[in-house]
Amino acid sequence: MAGAAAVNGGRSPVPLVALLLTGCSGIQSSLDPAGMQAGATFRLFELMIVMCGVMYGAVLLFLGASVWRVRRQLAAAPAIEPADPGLGKGLWAWGGVIVAGLVVLATGSFFVERALAAARAREALQVRVTGHQWWWRIQYRTPDGRWIETANELHLPAGRTARIELGAADVIHSFWVPNVAGKMDVIPGHTNVIDVSPHRLGWFRGQCAEFCGAQHAHMAFDVKVDSPAAFDAWLAQQGRPAAAPADAIAARGMAIVTGGACGLCHVVRGSAATGRAGPDLTHVGGRRSIGAGTLPMSRGALQGWIAQPQALKPGTMMPAVPLDGADADAVAHYLETLR
Amino acid sequence: MSPDERERLHAVWADRPGLLGFLGTVDHKRIAARYIVTVVGLLFLSGMLAIDMRLQLSQPDMRRMGPQQYNEAFALHGSTMLFLISVPVMEAMALWLVPLMLGARNMAFPRLAAFSYWLYLGGVLMLWLPHALGITPDLGWFEYPPLSGPAYSPGHRADIWAQMITFTEVAALAASVNVVATILKMRPPGMTLARMPFFLWAMLVASLMTIFALPAIMLATSMLIADRLVSTQFFAPAAGGDVLLFQHMFWFFGHPEVYIIFVPAVGFVSSIVETFSRRTLFGHVPMVLSILAIGVLAFGLWVHHMFAVGLPRLGNDFYTAASMAIALPAGLQMFCWIATMWSGRPRFATPLLWVIGFIATFVIGGLSGVMTASAPLDLQLTDTYFVVAHLHYVLIGGALFPLFGAFCYWYPKATGRMMSERWGVVAFILIVGGFNLGFFPMHVLGLEGMPRRIYTYGPDMGWGTLNLVATIGSAIAMLGGIVLTGNALISLWRGKPAGADPWGAPTLEWAARSPPPQHNFEEVPVVTSIAPLWRHGDLPVMTGLATDRREVLVTSVIDAVPQYRHHSVGPSLWPFVAALATSGMFVASIFTPWAVVWGAIPIGVALVLWFWPRRPRSATGPLARR
Amino acid sequence: MNGERALRRVGDLAGLPTSAQGPRNLVWWGNISFMAIEGTGFALAIGACLYLLGQSPHWPPPGDSLPGLGWSGAFTLALVLSELPNLWLIRQVRAKSIARVRLGMLVMTLIGIALIGLRWFELQHLNVGWDHDAYGSTVWMLMVLHTSHVVTELVETAVLTVWLYTHEVGDDQLGDVEDDADYWTFVILAWVPIYLLVYWVPRWL
Repeated sequence: MAGAAAVNGGRSPVPLVALLLTGCSGIQSSLDPAGMQAGATFRLFELMIVMCGVMYGAVLLFLGASVWRVRRQLAAAPAIEPADPGLGKGLWAWGGVIVAGLVVLATGSFFVERALAAARAREALQVRVTGHQWWWRIQYRTPDGRWIETANELHLPAGRTARIELGAADVIHSFWVPNVAGKMDVIPGHTNVIDVSPHRLGWFRGQCAEFCGAQHAHMAFDVKVDSPAAFDAWLAQQGRPAAAPADAIAARGMAIVTGGACGLCHVVRGSAATGRAGPDLTHVGGRRSIGAGTLPMSRGALQGWIAQPQALKPGTMMPAVPLDGADADAVAHYLETLR
Repeated sequence: MSPDERERLHAVWADRPGLLGFLGTVDHKRIAARYIVTVVGLLFLSGMLAIDMRLQLSQPDMRRMGPQQYNEAFALHGSTMLFLISVPVMEAMALWLVPLMLGARNMAFPRLAAFSYWLYLGGVLMLWLPHALGITPDLGWFEYPPLSGPAYSPGHRADIWAQMITFTEVAALAASVNVVATILKMRPPGMTLARMPFFLWAMLVASLMTIFALPAIMLATSMLIADRLVSTQFFAPAAGGDVLLFQHMFWFFGHPEVYIIFVPAVGFVSSIVETFSRRTLFGHVPMVLSILAIGVLAFGLWVHHMFAVGLPRLGNDFYTAASMAIALPAGLQMFCWIATMWSGRPRFATPLLWVIGFIATFVIGGLSGVMTASAPLDLQLTDTYFVVAHLHYVLIGGALFPLFGAFCYWYPKATGRMMSERWGVVAFILIVGGFNLGFFPMHVLGLEGMPRRIYTYGPDMGWGTLNLVATIGSAIAMLGGIVLTGNALISLWRGKPAGADPWGAPTLEWAARSPPPQHNFEEVPVVTSIAPLWRHGDLPVMTGLATDRREVLVTSVIDAVPQYRHHSVGPSLWPFVAALATSGMFVASIFTPWAVVWGAIPIGVALVLWFWPRRPRSATGPLARR
Repeated sequence: MNGERALRRVGDLAGLPTSAQGPRNLVWWGNISFMAIEGTGFALAIGACLYLLGQSPHWPPPGDSLPGLGWSGAFTLALVLSELPNLWLIRQVRAKSIARVRLGMLVMTLIGIALIGLRWFELQHLNVGWDHDAYGSTVWMLMVLHTSHVVTELVETAVLTVWLYTHEVGDDQLGDVEDDADYWTFVILAWVPIYLLVYWVPRWL
């Protein structure tokens, strides 16, 4: 938490701010930048906090002094338009201070705006993210022009810029990974583009930031910033079709997924499940969470999700799938092995 | 004025007793009081919704509300606070105060004022009756299509929201026309524009802003309803429509709306500071220029609500600069108020405490506004709890605190009783302290990545502690609200008699009795100064306004030179009937477009009867009575 | 008494007139304010149309046919020419010639009825449904917005005419007639940009 520490290091003019900022957890925080865009924005934020803190202090000082002065006020009769040349000059000075402060802040803002735009010039990894009620479809373009699909987990190579093309399948959403960059709305009928240049390795979290209906709260995704080599390996692995089931239980699970209701909405590449309405499950077992950040990935969680999605995420488009205990376990086991 | 004349004047301006008198009154004070009572009731309902939401968010993974309940709660809370409380209560204060401050006997269009209230009440019922029946809008206070469109919001929740807006906006427009005409044409002799109290400038600017801002939202919601009801394609991307058009139109209204709420508050603060500092406002002219500047600038920066929609960067730069520029007039106002206290002889009664609480709180909201005005920084802040904190600092700190101060300030004039100072201070400490404790942590939550409008969050997000603090703070503020209301109610019986001018104030409303009689003033005051009641000696007046019919004085716009004696219309049931007919049309239009056609007929009939002049039958012409 | 203060009489208002014409009249300001509200509404509707027009590559979209020029031309001509009797009427109001004011209002009512008839045929020749696409929705929005003003103005004129013929006319009623005539001018002025936008802009693009 280098950024917050900088604020805490005595520069913050409002001690309360510094005190409160120490509590941030980091994986979804604009105060802990791990990318070029978030970093530039955070520096602007620091500038703002200092300038605004000084201005607020000045107002409180003046207010406090005028209250304190009460004790030596003597005049009895109310005064109609008394002459106060000193205050008149003060007003001009105050206006000058405000204008100067605003010029500094606006200039800082323009420079950061330009910095955000500058990333575009570089060669970029091409990613397409589509917002659905309430999950994220994620597609990568490989150097040979293919598209590799996954869902709810975004991997990015550190030190490179990814150009993310945002599309909406239904209503307006907003794509936001605060540690990496500011948000960009995902709007039906418009294609927005956001450039992100993460530079610190690790797991982060993104979340939909524009209210999009019942489960707006559970429309998150995990973000993994990898070294370029690890990223390339991951992408190559994502491009492969699903592995064949390794044991009898997994085989039974696969039969249910491809032959039953699951395959109508989900795709498991290399199998008969080819639905497009829901997230791609080809490598679902390798993901960190399920239900767009609703539950951490585990066999038990998968089982619960399949049996009772409406209890875990009321309103989700995923219907409950009536399976007996053994079948549900087989499906969960099969999905877990899809790494 | 002779006792005979005085008795006649009373009789001419008196309301009829009973239900007909109640429904037909055109007394601006009674109408404004109804507005205020309705608003206080709604404030409590809305506050309970807030507490409900705060409890749900006080800990991670709380299950006391499901997503549907939570979404309904914030939609109802936001829509009520913005459309049914903030704007209407400012109109109510204008309706109550403007004629009194002008030494006038009523508003310019008394029946229009009655119509405004009845229609506003229709809007209140439009939102809250269906809620009682379980049909509540659930998409927030701005319902963006396509989420609010026919495909993703079947049923009538979105229609109810849209028509509630039509109700309140028609009511607000009617009230604004009334305020503008009253301030421009009914000032007392001698009250030139240069001698007009600052409060009236604030109300004039806010009303003019209303006139130019509200048509945008009416058009936007009408287009939304048309998309939903008769399958127009304004917001359907597949048929050439554009969802961002709605956002542009909504915020073309929505941003000025914030200032329509804030500018009257600037008026309250100025009146209070002036009275309790025992000197006229420092920098009257810069203050007037600053609200005029705000009124103009407010229309040029709606795009700062849309920095994340992906508009061209050059446009973002422009709107960043324009949005930051508004800090200049607002900052100068701060200086003028504090300078007035600095150079005056302040007396720290409750109303002035509220002003101090307002300055200390609102400046935080203003500065966080400067942060959100910066396009690149706003990409991190918008749609998070930082914005939730910002908008509450601006609207509660910037508008409700001055309103509470104004309430305490003018309460003796309205009721003839003083409120308890001791309980006033208790309420002040609870509300200002609780509010800051509750809302300041939200800035940090937003920076830590908490989006707004989520009904729950996981324990690993680390947001639990600050959310708990926020909940405790909100509960304390709510308690303060109960103390404030209790103080107002008990003081109705127990308060000390106030007399006409308990604070030693400079403006004309304090020359009337407390509470003012139905006709407010017997004679027309003449104004020779910006602080007419601070002139020594007797109050100069002009006689000659009729005592045997309702009459008001109309003067010239700039110099307030008397022009003619205007016949002011009396009580009538037709505004009520017209509002009822309009309500019927609005409600039915949710179900069928033909309601607009057939519903226009009863409205037309009611309006014709409302405006039908009472004169003798014709003795000339082809249709003369023979 | 006004409160508790002693009063000093500095003048008397009893000699003032009890009505006034034009901008001196209080009601004139109400009328002009409502025109400002509706004018803003028209401007915003036009703005919405220009926004959608700017967002789409073709206006109207391929496949839609252009609105007819015949009936709309007749309506526009009639509406603009109706300003002549309207101006005459305002002059009669200023001259307080009751008989001519009554006649003028009757004429304006008849003109209004004729205009509604022309508008009815005009609406049959827009050549696009409001539910067809955003272009159709926009055209209909502008037409409905203006038509509702023509209808309102006609009803107001007709009711006022009936009243004028059956009652003794006072100065306040002459003021009402003047406000009504001003409003008629407003309805004409509002039509000009809408006419160009609906009928000519798609042809020029």
